[in-house]
Amino acid sequence: MKNGVIVDLQHIFFSYGDVPVLEDVSIKLKQNDFLSIIGPNGGGKTTILKIILGLIEPDKGSVFVFGNSPKAARKFIGYLPQLFTFDYDFPVSIMDVVLMGRLGKRGLGRSYTKEDYQICLEALGEVGMEYLKDTQIGDLSGGQRQRVFIARALATNPKLLLLDEPVASVDTRWQQTFYELLRELNKEIAIIMVTHDISVVSTYIDKIACLNRRLYYHGSKKEGMHKISEMYEYPVQLITHDTPHSSSGERTND
Amino acid sequence: MIEILQYEFMRNALLAAILVSIACGIVGTFVVVKKIVFISGGITHAAFGGIGLGYFLGINPILTAIPFSLLSAIGIGVISKRTKISEDSAIGILWAVGMAIGILFIGLTPGYAPDLFSYLFGSILTVPFSDIIIMIVLDIIIIVTVLFLYKEFQALSFDEEFSEITGVPTRALYLLLLCLVALSIIVLIRVVGVILVIALFTIPTTIARQFTNKLKKLIIYSILSATILTVAGLWFSYFFDLPSGAVIVLVLAFAFFVSALIKRLRTKTDAFS
Repeated sequence: MKNGVIVDLQHIFFSYGDVPVLEDVSIKLKQNDFLSIIGPNGGGKTTILKIILGLIEPDKGSVFVFGNSPKAARKFIGYLPQLFTFDYDFPVSIMDVVLMGRLGKRGLGRSYTKEDYQICLEALGEVGMEYLKDTQIGDLSGGQRQRVFIARALATNPKLLLLDEPVASVDTRWQQTFYELLRELNKEIAIIMVTHDISVVSTYIDKIACLNRRLYYHGSKKEGMHKISEMYEYPVQLITHDTPHSSSGERTND
Repeated sequence: MIEILQYEFMRNALLAAILVSIACGIVGTFVVVKKIVFISGGITHAAFGGIGLGYFLGINPILTAIPFSLLSAIGIGVISKRTKISEDSAIGILWAVGMAIGILFIGLTPGYAPDLFSYLFGSILTVPFSDIIIMIVLDIIIIVTVLFLYKEFQALSFDEEFSEITGVPTRALYLLLLCLVALSIIVLIRVVGVILVIALFTIPTTIARQFTNKLKKLIIYSILSATILTVAGLWFSYFFDLPSGAVIVLVLAFAFFVSALIKRLRTKTDAFS
């Protein structure tokens, strides 16, 4: 880890079959960075996260996470996947889901310890869901599920948090609380958040990467905002919140 | 009713019904929640190749079916991940190839193939004690493995990708789960036969699923419902002299229908109360 660089992606190329998804993408993330990767659907945002996690390997380019291979660095990463991939009919309670965050901390065949339960309860507390810990995942609303999966990511005690569309289905009021939580966490850990919700970018995030197959911009948000319009190929109305406690009513909920 | 237990074949049949229910209750639960029903069907039919080999070599077909179904389980798991062939197609290929090999071996075996029908459609009333021993051993392997790796199998079934990230060897665990499927198929084959195995994997768990939301309870309820229903099927087939495998499957299907009806009525009364 040179100069506190946690994630170092260099000249990444990736394609699904013949369809190029990423072309010459380089991203650097330092300790305590809060980076937002924004871009249209199909722009390769989720693919980037999966490359950092070592779930897929790039066709070309180098990946270092915590100065190591992604697979070796996984145990330091908390991951919130997109939520449409799950089978919500699965017989599993909220607590069971969050306990999965502790799965790798115990050896194969070992039971979860009291400490694991304690950590998971705290993680559920952070997202305000501990009172539902024995509920079935299928009985929750979309927003509540999202909070449970955020708790699972936190239960891994990560040094790097990867969030894929974390506020896609949560209500506006909780979004505000959530970003405050991220701001608090960001004092200790680095965060990468994939989103298409441009309105959150200006207030809470210090760096952005604009991704649509190739990287349109990567740097501090101030200079980057006009680049977003260029990438989306139409003018984007940006809602800016320069004070963190501005009223949340003006933020649109998609 | 008790007096029929004085016959050894009846005691064996009852024991077989219980052993089968343990295997299908535990493994069937994971087959259903992980949605690997089709894979299990593929491994079952591939195992028929091993049964044919047993006939050809003149040894107990159940014994030769064990390596055959284990290899096809690993084969399906590896082929689908290492090559560009989709898992779906890999299953289809193994399914048919296994059956073809079995038929070929039986064709090459001189003379008539006794009991062949019982391997295809099951025959709980003719299970010999030597097969009961094999079933006990396999049941113990299944129980011990699942007790030991319960939290891993649960996580793997719900979210394989996340399990992988936490550092759990998901690939190996998935293959192990398929091997458990392969072993329980061996336990089941004698009772319901290659063609009907899939019913015992799916129906008891589907019935149990209507009455619980918890994975552990789902396993226990599946074992209980499988035990009750296979014993009931056994009783029907004995007293009405009907093919046991088919009767057991139809009893299971009937019970599923009734349970779905009860569940519906209960939800309705809940809504009105």
